[in-house]
Amino acid sequence: MLRIENLTKMFGGLAAVKDISVEFEANQVNAIIGPNGAGKSTFFNLVAGSHKPSSGRIIFDGEDITTLRCDHIAQRGVGRTFQTTNLFEQASVLDNLIVGHRLRTRSGLWDVLVNSRRLQQEEKLSREKAREALDFVGLSHVENRFIADITQEERKRVAFALAMATDPKILLLDEPAAGVNPEETDGLAQLIRKMKDHGLTVCLIEHKMDMIMGIADKIMVLDHGEKIAEGAPEQVREDPAVIEAYLGSDDDAAA
Amino acid sequence: MWLKLAALLTRPATKYVFIALALVFPLVAQNEYQIYVMASAFVWAIAVYGLNIITGYCGQLNLAHGGFFALGAYTLGLLTADYSWSYWPAFVAALAMTAVVGFFVGIVSLRLKEHYFAIFTLCVGFIMYMLMDKWEELTHGPVGVRNIAPPNGFGLVDFTETTPIYYLVLVFLMLTMWFIGRLSRSLLGRTFTAIRNGDELAQSLGINLMRNKVLAFVLSTTFAGLAGALYAGMVRFIGPEDANVLHTFDMITYLLVGGIGTLSGPLVGTIGIVWLTQSLQFMEEYRMILFGPLLVFLVIFFPRGIVGSFLSWLHRRTQGKAEAAAKAQQSRDTTGRRVNNNA
Ligand SMILES: Nc1ncnc2c1ncn2[C@@H]1O[C@H](COP(=O)(O)OP(=O)(O)OP(=O)(O)O)[C@@H](O)[C@H]1O
Ligand SMILES: [Mg+2]
Repeated sequence: MLRIENLTKMFGGLAAVKDISVEFEANQVNAIIGPNGAGKSTFFNLVAGSHKPSSGRIIFDGEDITTLRCDHIAQRGVGRTFQTTNLFEQASVLDNLIVGHRLRTRSGLWDVLVNSRRLQQEEKLSREKAREALDFVGLSHVENRFIADITQEERKRVAFALAMATDPKILLLDEPAAGVNPEETDGLAQLIRKMKDHGLTVCLIEHKMDMIMGIADKIMVLDHGEKIAEGAPEQVREDPAVIEAYLGSDDDAAA
Repeated sequence: MWLKLAALLTRPATKYVFIALALVFPLVAQNEYQIYVMASAFVWAIAVYGLNIITGYCGQLNLAHGGFFALGAYTLGLLTADYSWSYWPAFVAALAMTAVVGFFVGIVSLRLKEHYFAIFTLCVGFIMYMLMDKWEELTHGPVGVRNIAPPNGFGLVDFTETTPIYYLVLVFLMLTMWFIGRLSRSLLGRTFTAIRNGDELAQSLGINLMRNKVLAFVLSTTFAGLAGALYAGMVRFIGPEDANVLHTFDMITYLLVGGIGTLSGPLVGTIGIVWLTQSLQFMEEYRMILFGPLLVFLVIFFPRGIVGSFLSWLHRRTQGKAEAAAKAQQSRDTTGRRVNNNA
């Protein structure tokens, strides 16, 4: 589904991502873990096209997407959420989500001027998609609330819904459970499992180990930009290199 | 009671009331000067609607807007005064000119982000001012352009009179508002708003940033050009001062006070401030003493302007009521069921 070959990203002299090769299977939950600054978010930025790699290749669904622009990569089915999502605070949840399906529509200025049939159909479709996504994440009851008036956990779910509305094949979730309490974390874990049940492929970055161990089919561990381990959760947990990375750098022992 | 009254204001039918008011205004105005002030407020409102597209919806602070307004005015003025075009062809040329220049300025300046974009456009606006002031062979320099043709009324109406030009400007204002209304509700308008929320997020939603930003920019400069062309045909005399960056800041003030990114904000803000300025005329430059604090107060306590804050308040109130009603309904249903069970 997603194959990474010798991916490297240099920021000046710093290798944020160093020669990573990995393959993520379709319809699985893949977790990427590692200490702060390990290069996890950079890895996502490379896959989604926000950063261009210094070297290496990214193959998605059999197609080389290494040099494509982000919006084209999104159109090919790569959806993502960010560590922090800026939504339009003074607009309703539903209004924020309708644009999610924009990439599957074609109406332009002319359609607006003449209020074309195509525009009307596409707007209806985008609205349906937004509702569908909202229903999927279990937030139908807040569709008319302002973003400013919903909880942190509901915001996370809205961010998921926005990514879902793009009709992705793979979802990249950057620390989806950061800043929510343990109970809500369980809820989000269930939601991620539900995504998998619906045939989606999920890649997530997370620091909460309990959550990861519960839902991941495969874990990749990064440290200083390098892949130090990869495998099933039980396997990775026992890996001496991983224990070393987590315990060795004392500031991350708590994570 | 207040809520009901407020909700009435947002009803689609309300706009016909305002159109009716605008139509009868010349009949109830005390003198011609008032009609003239209102007409110029409408012209500025059209320009502010343009600014609202790129700055309000799309979130890119464009400080060249006054420059494009003047570009529209100069294109029309020079073509009619020096090249004896008649008004309407020159009018179309002014729109085309601001669109084309807007396109080229857009594809360069929109590569820059945030304040870099703002500073770049500030420079563009200043260069436009300099050209109008210094390129005397073309623009007559500081002397300005005289003898600009009024809109051609084809023998039916005389647009050198105040009332006819008032109605002409009103027609263009309504066309502008109609278009912007449709735009803001459409998928295209939503695309612009998504860009305001952040380039990264917008791109992750598959939105082509550059294409949409340039489109928003060209739309906004074209409305600036439209306003400028109407202005030139109304005052019939223009000069480099019309490109002064202060006009851009005036327009930003109208937008902030009315409500940035809202549909009726530009109109409310422009008309409100133009009339406030008029009624404070006796204070001359000292009126800024009143104006400054007022603006600071508004920006701090009503960052979304009059219209934006009003709409937020209304939405919260009605939404709160609806949710309370739904809850009450629910508990009524469950008690009803319990009663049935008992029976
Ligand atoms: N745009 C950038 N320019 C320069 N350096 C960067 C840039 N983005 C990230 N870095 C650096 O690359 C390294 C990896 O950063 P990254 O954000 O990928 O880490 P992370 O694993 O996501 O950390 P966290 O768990 O804190 O989110 C860091 O040292 C960071 O300072
Ligand atoms: Mg990160």
